[in-house]
Amino acid sequence: MNWSGRSLAGGCFAVIAALGAWSGQGHAQQAYPTRNITMIVPFAAGGPTDVIARIVTGHMAQTLGQTIIIENVVGAGGTTASARAARATPDGYTLITGHMGTHAASVPLYPNLAYHPEKSFEPVALLAGTPILILARKDFPAKDLKEFIAYVKANESKVNAAHAGVGSVSHVSCQLLESILKIKPVSVPFNGTGPAMNALVAGQVDYMCDQIVNAVPQINGGTIKAYAVATPERNPSLPDVPTTKEAGLPEFQAQAWNAIFAPKGTPKEIIEKVNAAAAKALNDENVKKRLLELGSVIPAPADRTPEALGTLVKSEVAKWTPVLKPAN
Amino acid sequence: MGDVLSNLALGFGVVFNFVQWAPPFLGGMSIPIPVNILLCLIGALVGTLVGVLPGIGTIATVAMLLPITFGLPPVGALIMLAGIYYGAQYGGSTTSILVNIPGEAGSVVTALDGFQMAKQGRAGPALAIAAIGSFFAGCVATVLIALLGAPLTKIALAFGPAEYFSLMVLGLIFAVVLAKGSVLKAIAMIVLGLLLSMVGSDIETGASRMAFNIPELADGLGFATVAMGLFGFAEIIRNLDTGGESDRQLVQQKVTGLMPTKDDLKAAAPAVGRGTVLGSILGILPGGGAVIASFAAYTLEKKVSRTPQRFGRGAIEGVAAPESANNAAAQTSFIPLLTLGIPPNAVMALMVGAMTIHGIVPGPQVMQKQPELVWGMIASMWVGNLMLLVINLPLVGIWVRLLRVPYRLMFPSIVVFCSIGIYSVNNAPVDVILAGVFGLVGYWLIKHDFEPAPLLLGMVLGPLMEENLRRALLISRGDWSVFLTRPLSAVLLAIAAFLLVLAVLPTLRAKRDEVFVESEN
Repeated sequence: MNWSGRSLAGGCFAVIAALGAWSGQGHAQQAYPTRNITMIVPFAAGGPTDVIARIVTGHMAQTLGQTIIIENVVGAGGTTASARAARATPDGYTLITGHMGTHAASVPLYPNLAYHPEKSFEPVALLAGTPILILARKDFPAKDLKEFIAYVKANESKVNAAHAGVGSVSHVSCQLLESILKIKPVSVPFNGTGPAMNALVAGQVDYMCDQIVNAVPQINGGTIKAYAVATPERNPSLPDVPTTKEAGLPEFQAQAWNAIFAPKGTPKEIIEKVNAAAAKALNDENVKKRLLELGSVIPAPADRTPEALGTLVKSEVAKWTPVLKPAN
Repeated sequence: MGDVLSNLALGFGVVFNFVQWAPPFLGGMSIPIPVNILLCLIGALVGTLVGVLPGIGTIATVAMLLPITFGLPPVGALIMLAGIYYGAQYGGSTTSILVNIPGEAGSVVTALDGFQMAKQGRAGPALAIAAIGSFFAGCVATVLIALLGAPLTKIALAFGPAEYFSLMVLGLIFAVVLAKGSVLKAIAMIVLGLLLSMVGSDIETGASRMAFNIPELADGLGFATVAMGLFGFAEIIRNLDTGGESDRQLVQQKVTGLMPTKDDLKAAAPAVGRGTVLGSILGILPGGGAVIASFAAYTLEKKVSRTPQRFGRGAIEGVAAPESANNAAAQTSFIPLLTLGIPPNAVMALMVGAMTIHGIVPGPQVMQKQPELVWGMIASMWVGNLMLLVINLPLVGIWVRLLRVPYRLMFPSIVVFCSIGIYSVNNAPVDVILAGVFGLVGYWLIKHDFEPAPLLLGMVLGPLMEENLRRALLISRGDWSVFLTRPLSAVLLAIAAFLLVLAVLPTLRAKRDEVFVESEN
């Protein structure tokens, strides 16, 4: 069974490759891009990754002079879409906006992953990161992060953590926090950030780690509280929330970064062209403003090169693998 | 009260806002355009269309149309998306009634009596009562949101994992009670549905279960896939079967009257009222609120009816109650979003996405900070419901005429539309093949007198039940008494136990057999 399945997959691969070679010929002579570009977003429209991809590609399309069509392909924590992108023709017309989950944490989380973030993709450009916050229900006894750490360590068997589902940003970042604090609280899985936030607001669970976008209005509304933001600097949308470094837990650094990748084998000139367009978009005042409104962190110019992204992916895979491996 | 009135005035002001449109070709002249009304109309129309086309669900449509709304002002975008959402609830009943294909989980029960009514030549009254019931429910629910939105939020927060689990148990008991044939067969179908719902990923570990290493099954079987197969394709195979022929001709010849009679209205009115109340309450609950609401409303009607044996064979209350309930629930499900800023279901999560892209992230302060947005949306719901009634009543005649199309022309188009619909949900060819397989399974089930409705309910409620059971036990550290010590949960379980006892009581069983024998004739 296994054998025939593999040969079938191999067959498909050959056919796809042949088709790709055939369709690629016509464009070899002209300068890229000569037609619409498909940008696969591995999550639902309206989610944090989708919003960031749409803001940035909107500007990139002007630079490249071609429409960039966003295709939302959902399923299996974004790995279905990433597997599809990895198999696409490496001609620069199929790109993917991956994130920390699909292009790093997926390696230890999905043992049968049909692609590898480093081996199946060419890094193109880092777009924006969304900081992670440590949040708790509003009547949780701890006042600040120090008390929080002391409390969860002392009451390890009583504390409940929530997350938005296995493989979600909130899940992997909570795993990282737990491995740093060396605690094993009960973690209660929910289906998406909405239900998890609902449980936190209702006080059914004690704490969770989540992306800043979802949490700011709840924090400002006083329905939940935030202990710290896991980035080196404070976030302008929550100026009163200290960084983990200031609050005494400098090891906990986590950001849901989003970046553009191309299938392995995409020509270098094309990658450079797309990278330049992305870098230009990040310099645009309007793009910047909209990303900052979301609480996103825009990468410094030195971090925007394909090489820097390659290094980031490598270090992130290395960072998440030991944290998430025991979970399986 | 004064507050509500001034808020509503603000809302209607937003809805009836005219934007001056000065196209260059008019040379400086400008025309006032009621943008939000137009967007509401577009949303209602698209929603109706989506509801009518089998397979294309609300989530898929809202997801597909979301990018278009990025260019609109946030209020207009949300008015349009909301219109699609509740418009689909209106339209979803159409295919349930006409061709026995529920387009949405909420209209599965509508198919039970709706399709029987169509078979008796009463498709017109069935469609009309669905539209009228939905309109009434929509209006009541809109008023409810305006008056009691904030206090009702507490219901959403009072429901923890234990309460949800008990509610799901109650929901499954509904499925037993509503089955018209053998209780044993109904239970078998529910269990099969629960089993099918287990396909996918384990919520706690993420490990793949019963997916046979097929990546497309990693997220489980889609509702549309199974529903199209069991109801749509199976019905087509049965119709093409020998004997189905005369049945079809019956549908085509016997069309009598397009609008409900006075007696119909009299029978349906209390059902609409009860359905609206049940739907409004259950809709507030995040998750499966709307689905449970329609099943609960149907069960309640069957229980209070003096002639329960009519149910499942064309009782107009069996259409009126669940349709009112699912529309009321569709509206009140906005409450957690508008008051807490927490999306209670996948469609609402997409709407949050639409707000996010405009830089508005809804939270508990959204009512104070964005009053135009919240009240504009509430006011637009009432306008939208009125539009839907105006759109849908004249359409009844057209739909009924569609039934006269020769079946040899109709069934290939149903197959094509269903297949396109199923494919569009995930862009996955595997889903279409699976729907075909479920068509064969469904045909076998029909031939052996198994009803597909309890199976679908089991499949919809299964994941919610399993996930909440595990969450509740995780939080209680494995202590099962949590389901009885939490008052809300205990009450729900007590009702469930009571209903179950009713269902298996010997007297009732005798009645049930009688019904069964009658339906054989």
